[in-house]
Amino acid sequence: MRRWINTGKDRMSGSGAWGILALIAVWEIGVKVSGIKPYILPAPSRVLISLFQSFPLVMKHTRVTLYESLVGFMAAVVFSFVLALAMDSMPVLKRAMYPILIISQTIPIITVAPLIIIWFGYDLLPKVIIAALVCFFPIAVSFIGGLEAADREMYDLLRSMGASKFQIFRILKLPGAMPSLFSGLKIAAAYSIMGAVIGEWLGAKAGLGEFMRRSMHSFAVDKTFAAILVITLLSLGVFRVITFLEDNLMPWTRFSNIKNE
Amino acid sequence: MNKIEVFEVSSSFEDLPVLDRVSLSAAENRLVSIIGPSGCGKSTLFNIISGLVKPDGGTIYIDGEDYTGKLGRVSYMHQKDLLLPWRTIIDNVCIPLVIQGKSIRDARQKAAPYFSVFGLDGFQDKYPSQLSGGMRQRAALLRAYMFKSDIMLLDEPFGGLDAITKRKMQEWLMGVIRAIRSTILFITHDIDEAIFLSDSIYILSDRPARVRRVFEVDIERPRDNATFTSPKFNHFKKEILEYL
Repeated sequence: MRRWINTGKDRMSGSGAWGILALIAVWEIGVKVSGIKPYILPAPSRVLISLFQSFPLVMKHTRVTLYESLVGFMAAVVFSFVLALAMDSMPVLKRAMYPILIISQTIPIITVAPLIIIWFGYDLLPKVIIAALVCFFPIAVSFIGGLEAADREMYDLLRSMGASKFQIFRILKLPGAMPSLFSGLKIAAAYSIMGAVIGEWLGAKAGLGEFMRRSMHSFAVDKTFAAILVITLLSLGVFRVITFLEDNLMPWTRFSNIKNE
Repeated sequence: MNKIEVFEVSSSFEDLPVLDRVSLSAAENRLVSIIGPSGCGKSTLFNIISGLVKPDGGTIYIDGEDYTGKLGRVSYMHQKDLLLPWRTIIDNVCIPLVIQGKSIRDARQKAAPYFSVFGLDGFQDKYPSQLSGGMRQRAALLRAYMFKSDIMLLDEPFGGLDAITKRKMQEWLMGVIRAIRSTILFITHDIDEAIFLSDSIYILSDRPARVRRVFEVDIERPRDNATFTSPKFNHFKKEILEYL
C-alpha cells in the first residue's frame, strides 16, 4: 500500500507532472486554434482567471461543501465502526447484514439523493446524509475485511496463551485491520466531497454544487470548471490527509517497504 | 517424576485416525525430539498438549496433574515466527505478559533482562521486518519463554531457515537452554538437529502415528561442531535412518 502511494507521489512530482502539463497545453492551444466559444469549453487560462476573480465567492461555497463532507465522513466512520464491530463479534449478524450492505450499493446514489432532499429539506442535513451514505460502504467493507483477515495461526497462538476474545481483538485483529481500513478511508474521503456536491446540485442554498449549477444555467462554464478544479483539489487534499495519518499511525510500514529492502 | 507425560493419546480428524495411543514423557530440563514423516500428526500432538485440541482418548499429565484440553499451561513456538509486524520486538515479546494482565511498562521491565540471554541485545525497538529470519526466531522463542518458561513446545522452529543459519541457531539454542531451565518438546524433520540437541528422540510412524522407537541420546554435553562427526553421532544417525 505504502509502495503504491510512493509510486503515486513519484508520478505526481516526476514525469507524471509533465503529462498533466502537456494535457493542459493541448487544451489551451486547442481552444485558441479552433475558436470554440468560451461558454462551450473555456481555455484553462480562462478557468484560472475566473477562479481568481470569483475567489471569495468560491471559497464561501467551498467552506460549506467541505463542512458537509467532513461531517458526513465522520458520521460514516462512526456508523461503519459500530457495524463492523457488531458484525465481527456476531457471525449471525454478519451473514444477515452483508448481503444487505452489498445490495444497498447497487442503488445509484443519484436516484436516492432527491428522495433524501425531499425528506430532509434544503439545509445542510441532506448533504451530510448523502456524503455519509457514499462513505459508509467503502469504510465498512474494508474494515470488516481487515478484521476477517487476521492470521489463523496467530489467533491460535494467542488463544494458547489464554487470551480472551477482547484481548485477541485488541492485540491482533484491530491493528491488523488498519491497512485495509485505511484504503477504505482514502476512497471514502475522496467520495465524501463528491457526495456533498451531488446533494448540493439537487437543491441547496450554498455549496460548490449549487455554485456549479448556477454557473451552468448562466452559461458561465468557466466558473463551472473553476468549481471542478476546486473539487479536484479538495478531494486530493483529503486523500493526502488520510495518507499522512496512515503513515504516522503505522510507522512499521516504513520498514516493510520493498523499496527499502 | 516426569515433568510432562503424554499417555496413550489418540486423535482423529473427521474419520481419519491421526494419532494412535501415542505415549511419551520428558523429565525436567530435558529436550525431547519427535521425528516422523510429514503429515503424521506431530503438530496435532502439540495442539493437544497445548490444549487447543481435545484428544479422542488419553491424558496429558504435567507435574502429575491432568491438563488434558486445558489452555495456557505450556508455551508453543511455530515454524513461522508469528511476530506481529506492527509491534516492536520487545512489545511482541511482552504479548504473553500483557495477556496475563501486566501493564506494557511492567512487561517491558520483566522482559528486558532476557534480551542478552537470547542474543537479542539492541533489537528491542526494531520492527520484525527489520530482522533476519534467525533473529525473528530468537524473538519468537523468547516470547514463548516469557509465557511459560518451564515447558516449551517447539514445532520445527528452524524449519524455515537456510542451512547455515540453522546450524548457528542450533548452537545458539544449546547455549540458551544451558542458561534457562526448561523442559522442551521439539518437532523436527532434521535427524542431525534431533541428535545434536536432544536427550531423547521419539520416532513416530506414518499416519496414524504410533511411537515406533525411542532413542536415549547419551552423547555427553556440552556438544559442539565436533559432535556432528563423532562416531556416536553417526551410530545414532544410522539407527534412526533405519526406522524412518
